[in-house]
Amino acid sequence: MQKPLELILMRQLTGYLAMPILIADAEGTLLFYNRPAEAIIGRSFAETGELPLLDYMREVHLYDEDGFLIPPEERPLPVAMREHRATHRRLRIQGLDGRMRLVESTVLPLQGQGGRTLGGAVIFWELDQR
Amino acid sequence: MKVTLWGTRGSLATAGPETVRYGGNTSCVEVRGADGTLLVLDAGTGIQRLNAGVGGITSVDVLLTHLHMDHLQGLGFFAPLYRPEVHVHIWGPASTTMDLQRRLVRYLSPPLFPVRLRELPCSLTLHDVPLGTFTIGGLAVTAALVSHPGPTVGYRVVEGGIALAYLPDHEPALGVRDFPAEPSWTSGFDLAAGADLLIHDVQFTDEEYPQYVGWGHSSIGQALAFARLAGVKRLVPFHHSPAHTDADLDRLLEQTRAREHPFAILPGKEGLTIEL
Repeated sequence: MQKPLELILMRQLTGYLAMPILIADAEGTLLFYNRPAEAIIGRSFAETGELPLLDYMREVHLYDEDGFLIPPEERPLPVAMREHRATHRRLRIQGLDGRMRLVESTVLPLQGQGGRTLGGAVIFWELDQR
Repeated sequence: MKVTLWGTRGSLATAGPETVRYGGNTSCVEVRGADGTLLVLDAGTGIQRLNAGVGGITSVDVLLTHLHMDHLQGLGFFAPLYRPEVHVHIWGPASTTMDLQRRLVRYLSPPLFPVRLRELPCSLTLHDVPLGTFTIGGLAVTAALVSHPGPTVGYRVVEGGIALAYLPDHEPALGVRDFPAEPSWTSGFDLAAGADLLIHDVQFTDEEYPQYVGWGHSSIGQALAFARLAGVKRLVPFHHSPAHTDADLDRLLEQTRAREHPFAILPGKEGLTIEL
């Protein structure tokens, strides 16, 4: 089954950008993250491949600035997709390599023609390296 | 289903002795269903030649892939538009801000065209083409967005299990480092998958393509790779560059014969009719 064109083009664009970006579809699948995002997620996309967002969220933990675990439903990506709005938040992410990183995440809900909800794109801004 | 090519040229009508065999008219394909259903895929200048065969019809559906001029310029010259007894349905993509009617009147109104859309004598219905499958007469039509600048769809037309895929302006290789990618990440794949006939963009040679990345078109090599990936039975190279003469296209097609393909290649020449 072919992905919607907007997601195909999004992945292609993401593959060329130097900003860490992750994209997910509306059905709850993590579709892709680019090379720069691998450094934050802690594993190459070639190793993880597509996976259910629930599995991703079970293994990649997000904490607020005070160190409290952010529950799945309050994570920026589900909020953006559920409420059809952009979100921006500073948080700590514990990647698949176990390392903790301070980042800001901007999440854009992806809406296609005819009002189709396609998923979301997460842009990470790594703060540790600034 | 009977498919006839009335315009095979891309971008600009190119009349002259050097284009007479492949044709100089821009995109227009006639599709006749077994029950007489008539579809017209795109309304380039080739539609003028179709006029000779639509004298007795009472209904016709024109399916536009997009509104670039080479797919639209013939619309105002389509004879059924001027006959009160004919029901004309025009399908095409809306943009994110304008419906098809508002987009079409930008061309079908002065000063670009002397007749306004609302002045056409036929019974005219405009449809923002839905993304998905719908039925026209005995034909199941599927429209899906494809990789090309601006809102652009490709079509899959199915009758009795026989499928025609029409992707005249299509750049599935855009941004793909090792084209073709896997099917699920390839623009147009679902439209073309297993089609009995694929009519596909071959605007560029493989050598020309790098100069035109992002223009929304394919090279011959990319079209062949796409057809192979999709597992089609026959490929019609289409939407020829206005810069390519008959001799150029002969050479291009000859090069495709240098290797074997799991599908037949039918040269996209004006007037070609294919029974499916």
